[in-house]
Amino acid sequence: MKPIRRRTLADHARGFLRDWSLPRQLRGESPYSDAAKSTGSAKLRPRLEEADKVGTNICPYCAVGCAQLMYAKDGTLIHVEGDPRSPINQGTLCPKGAATFGWLTSELRMSKVLYRAPHADRWEEKPLDWAMDRIAHLAKRTRDETFVHKLPDGTVVNHTLGMASLGGATLDNEENYLIKKLFSGGLGMVWIENQARV
Amino acid sequence: MPQWDLANADCILVMGSNMAENHPIAFRFALQAKQKGATLIHADPRFTRTSALADIHAPIRAGTDIAFLGGIIRHILENDLWFKDYALNYTNLATIIEDAFEDPSQNDGKFSGWDEAKKSYSYESWQYKGEFVPSSLAEHFVNTTESFSDQTKRLQQGPTPKDETLQHPNCVYQILKRHFAPYTPEMVERVTGCPKETFVKVADALARASGREKTGTICYAVGWTHHSTGVQMIRAAAIIQLLLGNVGRPGGGILALRGHSSIQGSTDIPTLYNLLPGYLPQPHGLKPHHSLQDYIDHETTPTGWWHNFPKYIVSLLRAWYGEAGMKENGWGFEWLPKIMGDHSQNPMTLAIEDGLIKGLFLLGQNPAVGGSNAALVQKALGKLDWMVVTDFTETETASFWYKGKPVQAGELAPKDIKTEVFLLPTSLAGEKAGTFTNTHRLIQWHDKVVDGPGDGRSDLWFVYHLGRRLKELYRSSADPRDLPIRYLTWDYPVEGEREEPDAEAVLREINGYTWPDRQQIADFKDLKDDGTTACGCWIYTGVFPKNDHNQARSRKPDGPDGPGTHLGWGFAWPSNRRTLVNRASADPAGKPWSERKKLAWWDAEKGEWDGYDQVDFSTEKAPDYTPDWSKEPAGMDALSGTDPFIMISDGRGALFVPSGLKDGPLPTHYEPVESPVRNPLYGQQHNPTAKIWDRPDNPVHVPEDPRYPHVLTTYRLTEHHSGGTPTRSVASTAELQPEGFSEIAPELAKELGIENLDWVVLSTPRGEVETRALVTERLQPFRIDGRLVHQIGMPWHFGWNGYATGDIANVLTAIVGDPNTGMHENKALTCNLRKGRLDRPQNGG
Ligand code: SF4
Repeated sequence: MKPIRRRTLADHARGFLRDWSLPRQLRGESPYSDAAKSTGSAKLRPRLEEADKVGTNICPYCAVGCAQLMYAKDGTLIHVEGDPRSPINQGTLCPKGAATFGWLTSELRMSKVLYRAPHADRWEEKPLDWAMDRIAHLAKRTRDETFVHKLPDGTVVNHTLGMASLGGATLDNEENYLIKKLFSGGLGMVWIENQARV
Repeated sequence: MPQWDLANADCILVMGSNMAENHPIAFRFALQAKQKGATLIHADPRFTRTSALADIHAPIRAGTDIAFLGGIIRHILENDLWFKDYALNYTNLATIIEDAFEDPSQNDGKFSGWDEAKKSYSYESWQYKGEFVPSSLAEHFVNTTESFSDQTKRLQQGPTPKDETLQHPNCVYQILKRHFAPYTPEMVERVTGCPKETFVKVADALARASGREKTGTICYAVGWTHHSTGVQMIRAAAIIQLLLGNVGRPGGGILALRGHSSIQGSTDIPTLYNLLPGYLPQPHGLKPHHSLQDYIDHETTPTGWWHNFPKYIVSLLRAWYGEAGMKENGWGFEWLPKIMGDHSQNPMTLAIEDGLIKGLFLLGQNPAVGGSNAALVQKALGKLDWMVVTDFTETETASFWYKGKPVQAGELAPKDIKTEVFLLPTSLAGEKAGTFTNTHRLIQWHDKVVDGPGDGRSDLWFVYHLGRRLKELYRSSADPRDLPIRYLTWDYPVEGEREEPDAEAVLREINGYTWPDRQQIADFKDLKDDGTTACGCWIYTGVFPKNDHNQARSRKPDGPDGPGTHLGWGFAWPSNRRTLVNRASADPAGKPWSERKKLAWWDAEKGEWDGYDQVDFSTEKAPDYTPDWSKEPAGMDALSGTDPFIMISDGRGALFVPSGLKDGPLPTHYEPVESPVRNPLYGQQHNPTAKIWDRPDNPVHVPEDPRYPHVLTTYRLTEHHSGGTPTRSVASTAELQPEGFSEIAPELAKELGIENLDWVVLSTPRGEVETRALVTERLQPFRIDGRLVHQIGMPWHFGWNGYATGDIANVLTAIVGDPNTGMHENKALTCNLRKGRLDRPQNGG
């Protein structure tokens, strides 16, 4: 085992001089590359080096459609930034787009189903499966109670005016497609709207 | 037009939009154009950052946009500044209209065809002489009961009646001149409050950016659509652009700046009541839509691209009802529900309040903040039996039963409210895969990178698993009314422990495939009306052209050497076209108008159209093609080689719209429903066809009501998003804009003794809110018809949940709407203002 040698003041001074950019610039090294390097900077690692996954995302806020790069490590989101390749935003994001990471990781996000029984004065947590079964049951009940097959004049309308749906402009096309397909084509709902008129 | 194409404009008018603050990344292209020498103009009631960066700011009173734009149209016509070769060849400028047509200037503000009993127009006198022109299916109309008839077939028998010399008194050119004659610069100043010198500067700048070498763009946002005359504001912009030759050309067009990530997608694949995917009309119980054949007979236009309509509806039915659809049962057409009238959000609120609607799904929308007459919305939610909210946090809507206005006011307690409420946590983009369609029709895929937290699921998961459960519950029903849900195709593969449905499988169905062997279809020209193709949304065909090719995921932008249409980045519907009507970027002979504005051209050697973009025309139709009328041509065969607007029956840009608009063939200035002044132009005060639900819980006041002397306009902020949930619940954006406020001009503040940051109360017949005063010169009073009129501005994002809070501006607004879209009028109403606070428990009152 080598004996431990403590760094002396002279070592520190030599180290400082070696690292200090100015003498190296005077020796002719470029202030933009070689002279800019130091022991400290050599140890710096890119923030995203540890990311084990990167995906392309589209900004979830407005309809400009800025592209983003999303980085994750061990299944946890670690960073979101503008995608420099995009012809729309060329790497930039506005204050909303730049808040995407904050949105996904907001402390106000919920992770459990909340249920409020009729006339109750509080929320209760419920299992997801229970809620889905109950919602399906209620949707069927309301549909069955309000469905109109034919108008008095014999016109077939196959609709229910008893159920409504709002929303879609923040959702994916695939989600909107299934909403319209199930609610309109399957259940006969006609009150189907989203933010397009708001 | 793609947003990046703005950089090619020589003049940009931003109006009805605060683009710099609300679409900042798109605004970069406007600034790039300015750097290259373009004139940037902002016409707006407020002075904003957009105005600060513009060459000209034209201040106008909220709701007077048609007076301003009408003035520009008059200026272009009177001074002969229009682009002759373009407008004469590509628009209906020379077309002759029926003799019976009468202008509002002859009728004190109404067009001919007005039916006072029905409070609506009939369109006969607006038609092309001797013909009946069907409205384009693509138009977003509400509750239209007119239908196409055999008369429309006359369009197949010969060209539309025209006078190319423009002398005929009822040709569109002469009608336009007469209609807009009263919109003089002096009248513009009297109505809008904009000094006439500023107005003329704007009109001249626009007119200069016209012709072979130049183009201009008009950008708008909800500052236009949120009016009882919103559609006609956009129409007025379209007239300007058609006269100046700015449609279908680089740097030319009208750019709608929309506010939600997939608001365009949710219009194309509509979670809207009146449309089926791809702008096909939802069948209507009061129209002759009894069978598929009736529906097709009445909705198919004889000429133009929409003649292909039957292929799209049959392919959609095949996608939805699969094997159960057969030729004999009209592919299941009867299973589609029929609408009965206006089922949009405004009447929906009233139908909930009236107890007609019992169950409500809220999928990422927050009407307790975003809905007009928000206190009524909150009260109405208590009339529901059940309500399901899917969102990432607790919205104001989800908490209405213990934090809503009626509960806070002590009118109701939670125990009085019967509604059963479910609040389901959702995943967000990045935690699920799928596509968004942006404001310029660009479909872009987003990857799944991480899982949503806990029981958070995508809405795709929610709808898919709800559908699965419902199909199970109905499985053994023999009732004919349960056939639609039983037969609905619902076989999407799921993956992982959470059983997440495969979004690509859904996108493949949207794109369309052959039936029954499921080979992807690359082009909607290959869709059929015989049941051999299934397609969820015909305009999206090509987004998934092969079984393993998802074009929405493509990320290949053009390099610095161009051409800059970026055809390898995502997929723009239809057929990856970046600029619609781009045949008009070439002159009638098929040559680009100029080298500088080159986009598409006719290659005579190859006998086909070529260009930097996918050409929006029949690829092999030569510029000199003329229809052979002796054969009664249908569809595209009835359009000549110089008819670029292929979705319109006569292929011509519609300066004058004979059918499809509820409130007239031409834009006309009417005052907002609530206005501080009388209409200076006509005796008719407001849009005679405006939707006004005047009832005790939604009162609207008469013009010049001294109790409500000030104009109120609502708007958005850079740091917040619409109803606010996705930004008020996020630390950085909430810190940047932490609380609600209203903007008040110094003159008005002085008059009422209001200092900056004082509490003030705004009131309308619907309700009152308290907020902080921001006294600022960004708002200026106007002198209207000799009177001083003040304007107050209030952002509408705020609510009681999240980190950034404030009173809900929509408590002030009314359920009043545009006759065509049903959109509310929250950009122009009137209010009262006083210093002080509301008498509320938390205020010690
Ligand atoms: S970054 Fe800003 S401008 Fe771009 S899409 Fe997001 S919200 Fe819109």
